[in-house]
Amino acid sequence: MTVLQRLIPVAGEASQWRPRRRLQRLLDQAGPLLRRPGFVVALVLVLFTLAAALWPGLFTQVDPYATQPSAKLLPPSAAHWFGTDELGRDLYTRVLYGARLSVEAALLAVGLALVSGLGLGIVSGFIGGRVDALIMRLVDVLLALPGLLLALAIVTAIGFGTIPVAIAVGVGIIPGFARTTRAEVLRIKTLPYVEAARLGGASWGRTLLRHVLPNAWGPVAVLATLDIGAAILATAGLSFLGFGAAPPAAEWGTLIANGRHFLITAPWVSLLPGLFLVLVVFSLNHIARTFEEIQR
Amino acid sequence: MSRLIDVQDLRVSYHSAGRVTEAVRGVSFHLDPGETLAIVGESGSGKTTIASALLGLLPATARIDGGVLKVTDHDISHASERSKQQLRGRVVGLVPQDPMVSLNPTLSIGKQIAESLVLRHGKRYPGLDADVLELLEQVGLDNPALRAAQYPHELSGGMRQRVLIAIALAGEPRLIIADEPTSALDVTVQKRILDHLEQLVKARGIALVIITHDLGVAADRADRVLVMRQGELVESGVASKVLSAPGHSYTRDLLAAAPAFGETPRPVSVSTLGAQPLLEFEGVGKRFQLPHGQHFQALQDLSLEVYPGQTLAIVGESGSGKSTSLRIALGLEQPSSGRVRFAGQDIGGLSWKAFRPLRQRMQLVQQNPFAALDPKFSIYQSVVEPLVSFGRLKGRELEQAARRLMEQVQLPASYLDRLPRELSGGQRQRVAIARALALKPDLLLLDEPVSALDVSVQAQILDLLRELQAELGVAYVLVSHDLAVVASLAHQVVVLKQGQVVEQGEAGRVLEQPQASYTRELLEAVPGRRLAVA
Repeated sequence: MTVLQRLIPVAGEASQWRPRRRLQRLLDQAGPLLRRPGFVVALVLVLFTLAAALWPGLFTQVDPYATQPSAKLLPPSAAHWFGTDELGRDLYTRVLYGARLSVEAALLAVGLALVSGLGLGIVSGFIGGRVDALIMRLVDVLLALPGLLLALAIVTAIGFGTIPVAIAVGVGIIPGFARTTRAEVLRIKTLPYVEAARLGGASWGRTLLRHVLPNAWGPVAVLATLDIGAAILATAGLSFLGFGAAPPAAEWGTLIANGRHFLITAPWVSLLPGLFLVLVVFSLNHIARTFEEIQR
Repeated sequence: MSRLIDVQDLRVSYHSAGRVTEAVRGVSFHLDPGETLAIVGESGSGKTTIASALLGLLPATARIDGGVLKVTDHDISHASERSKQQLRGRVVGLVPQDPMVSLNPTLSIGKQIAESLVLRHGKRYPGLDADVLELLEQVGLDNPALRAAQYPHELSGGMRQRVLIAIALAGEPRLIIADEPTSALDVTVQKRILDHLEQLVKARGIALVIITHDLGVAADRADRVLVMRQGELVESGVASKVLSAPGHSYTRDLLAAAPAFGETPRPVSVSTLGAQPLLEFEGVGKRFQLPHGQHFQALQDLSLEVYPGQTLAIVGESGSGKSTSLRIALGLEQPSSGRVRFAGQDIGGLSWKAFRPLRQRMQLVQQNPFAALDPKFSIYQSVVEPLVSFGRLKGRELEQAARRLMEQVQLPASYLDRLPRELSGGQRQRVAIARALALKPDLLLLDEPVSALDVSVQAQILDLLRELQAELGVAYVLVSHDLAVVASLAHQVVVLKQGQVVEQGEAGRVLEQPQASYTRELLEAVPGRRLAVA
């Protein structure tokens, strides 16, 4: 009887602290964010772009490559939201289909930069000494070259197309990630809780994965969000110069480049895809800023 | 006679993100010229808000909801910034809390003092440099001409605090507000600076408001005391009366909690006859290599023995080598000379790997509970981490161990699911203790375990440590600068000064009949002595 009485509250307590897990904690954090209108608008726009990149057919029924000479260079209207280009293709559809290549390239670029930047930063910050000096000088060399020049050199070396452009842009933003990660690792490495974990018998690997990395992640994630916008711009820039996707494939940079011949007579051909690109980048920046704010 | 400060029914609240926090609720007090008033309370009691209000420096989120706030007969509760600026410096001076960050690092000391002198006189004037030197001399800095040319980073914390006092004096104020003026400093330095401030204030007839969480400081220095809790005035009156015959239960609690007052509970004595020492230092020394081929002797010829179930306290000011000795015991630093033995085994030259099994028997509790827990880890993850690292337990057994540990440190099991930022400082320190106890160690190394906590919380943590020792028979090495803390836990005491042992022996003997003058100095510097003696 007494044993039973003592067991029940213990079991009750156990079930009390089991339920609130990571998901719940995430939802707790997301709640206040969703009450900010600016953040919600930005998030919706970015989600729309992502969805368009994955399933462009959801938002438009028109074939992006179907030419219609009779309807060329039409201004925006109910039938053609963004108007049409010089071959009579629907621009709105082409922007949506173009999202795939642009977003793919941007994600690939940032993914590449994130993985190699994190790796370099952690090795550099954690091991220190000569390794640190060596890696950081290499990063300095990368930083010394103008980003566009570096990207042009890489694209020229490895060939044209979306993926080479993505790699070129990615290499260009590695230094930022490496430096940010290194700075965070250096800061966290000396904190008492890392020492406590070490004295508690944790191996370096465990300390790194469970303590240093999750705590260094915050500023790096903000940088990544910010750099997706920058990468979209950079890939669009390279496509504009003609290094990216070959016509007739739709890509934001090539769309904008295409319209520059009709800038006076049909300004929407360049301006509307450009405006959409600006909005997406702006939304990503806003999201990154919001994340940065709540981390403080 | 007109009053210097007259505060009546003052209400201040903070507004942020739609939430209203009442920081000060209907506080009334007054201050006459030349008086010294101490405002005592724990963090969050609203004492700093009152100081900011007196200076007209409340943050933008704060609002004065009502009441009268008169400084020299001007009501400044709703005064313009311009008229408040007239008061600052000339009528009310501030000695800020943290001397380490309160000076401009890019300006020399002399320039910073000259700045407030120029503000006072409205223009540069011929005798400015001479006045700067005189002020520096008045606040007790040696070689004023040299100091005036130096930059803040070249001075120690105590010296910087003196410079801040000089800056406050430069405006020739009628009132100085000292916001926790010495809490970042060593006890002996603390005493010297407060003595000096008191003298200066007396000599010039300046009124002084000391804001402190330390009842001892209040008892020693103030004519009158205000005790605050959660924005309300709990008790006020003449210092000696309030502290010797407190009328309110909260004041009594605070007094009982302050280690310097009342009968401090003594540690349970443990017989060590025939026992083998757990940790043994034999003539341990540590030299640090400095650039340009110089050496710094951090520790010299330290010998000590810690027996199972006993507490050995290492006492000293910052730079005395007490933390270095802890780090040597933990194997984080290698001794340059001498031998260190743990349970009979020489641990001097052990590699990290060879040391690892010993870590299960020796754990550390760190100084700052706010940084000692991984902010991303739930309390459960933090507490069981050593068990996971050593692969001792899994699954449900781990959860049971966590519940048992929480029980030991007297926290509810539901806290296991919280994050560190959802706990107070004292609760975090309990979690840190639970983590250190997880492996059932024989020896706990406590590095200033309560110095970052409020006084009343300090007492609770010390009680907990004493109970745990009685219950589990674990030995402690306690590093502290606070002799009052040491007295309530230690069986043996080692007093260090600049890396050298000044005095060593049974706690009762060292603390009651100190032989070395330095130990006596340390004991005298403990705030609240005047009251305890009287």
